[in-house]
Amino acid sequence: MTVMQHIWIVIGVLFVLLNIAAGLIWVERRLLALWQDRLGPNRAGPLGLFIVLADTLKLFFKEDWIPPFADKKIFILAPAIVVGSVLLSFVIIPFAPNIVVADLNIGLLFFLAMSSLGVYSIVLGGWASNNKYALLGALRGASQMIAYEVFMGLSLMGVVMLTGSFNMGAIVEAQKDMWFIVTQPVGFFVFFIAGIAETHRLPFDIPEAESELIAGYHAEYSGMKFGMFFIGEYLGITLISAMMVALFFGGWLGPSFLPPLAWFALKTFFFIGVFILLRASLPRPRYDQLIEYGWKILLPVVLANLMITGAIALWMKGG
Amino acid sequence: MNLLFYISSFVAVAATILAITRFHPVHALLYLVVSFLAAAMIFLSLGTPFIAVLEVIVYAGAIIVLFIFVVMMLNLGKDTALQEKNWLRPKVWAGPCLLVLILLVEMIVLLLNAPDVTMHITVVDPRKVSLSLFGEYIIALELVGFLLMAGIVGAAHIGKQKKKILHRFLN
Repeated sequence: MTVMQHIWIVIGVLFVLLNIAAGLIWVERRLLALWQDRLGPNRAGPLGLFIVLADTLKLFFKEDWIPPFADKKIFILAPAIVVGSVLLSFVIIPFAPNIVVADLNIGLLFFLAMSSLGVYSIVLGGWASNNKYALLGALRGASQMIAYEVFMGLSLMGVVMLTGSFNMGAIVEAQKDMWFIVTQPVGFFVFFIAGIAETHRLPFDIPEAESELIAGYHAEYSGMKFGMFFIGEYLGITLISAMMVALFFGGWLGPSFLPPLAWFALKTFFFIGVFILLRASLPRPRYDQLIEYGWKILLPVVLANLMITGAIALWMKGG
Repeated sequence: MNLLFYISSFVAVAATILAITRFHPVHALLYLVVSFLAAAMIFLSLGTPFIAVLEVIVYAGAIIVLFIFVVMMLNLGKDTALQEKNWLRPKVWAGPCLLVLILLVEMIVLLLNAPDVTMHITVVDPRKVSLSLFGEYIIALELVGFLLMAGIVGAAHIGKQKKKILHRFLN
């Protein structure tokens, strides 16, 4: 691959991702409306699509206020971390056979490392706001994300065992005969639940829980700084969906009447839809229930899955 | 690769110095995160991507988050920063720094006189790391496992709560 091709891939991926993140504002509102038996935004432009433009313009023109009691530098830094860490994670995702920004041989671990750095945005945002509700949200966010990171990492190790590599391209190639959802169903479900908790989406949006904590860790944010948290959340959904597709649903693989990229996009959009459906249909659990559920149920399940997968993999090898 | 190594070592040293001299605990911890990231970069430039990523996941992603978590819970404010400021007077750090400076000069002299050795970078992939962990160093690995188990048992013992009898409305 030449340097120019590489630059084009980077620009293309960035362009598509940022547009998807903005477009999801419209998708989410229309889909929620559909499932709640109403119309949703349908006035501005065709199908109400210009609501995205209106929303973005509104965010840009809002007063960008930094509270005088806040820790100014960290207050500004926090929203940048969330978008930065999620965008960096996209570096390793194989969109199609040759379309990947960096084909690292530690790809999966890089994803885990970046998602573990994402915690800082919540913790620092909540702490720097110097506000009780924001601090409570940050504390919840920190413990939730640290806990669920553990299961997220462990749930993916079954896939790594079956492939014998951390490389994302190799993982997709290894699913030629059978998708990993068939051989690793438990791993998939744990990854899915941990993914919702990592992106702190509803029903696990406990750090922001607007009914108890107003808006949690971003209560003091306004204007485009709030917009960064907003975009970061949509990028996070896209990231987890793309990871689920690449790890468990065969990535770009599919019947040849559609190009590989189209298969990847279709599958990813399906999972984004599932994320939105979950938001529309499930109530939020209590905070201690969430943490208890993680450590007392998910951890033993995922460890058992790891042991059984390892045993079967060894047995199949005839060792 | 040599240049990358020197740049990231410089960042690591600078970030560590800043981590020590900041008065505010959270700012200091953030510089410590930068220092760990720089250390990960050093590992990467020396050809051990696996260790580099583990450094980010374990140190930057988990341990420092726990530190910040505790600092947040303690709600250390301006008073602690002031206390730190009082502790960090030249009278306190001048003596040890002077002595260490002598050692540093000695080390630089030794390094300048040493014969030239070029860095041989061999890339160690995750497979090699795990093979040596579960082959050569299996005893050490198991001992670490014992240690962690002891930690877990201790934590479970400390965290054990007596059974509370609640009013039936609170159940």
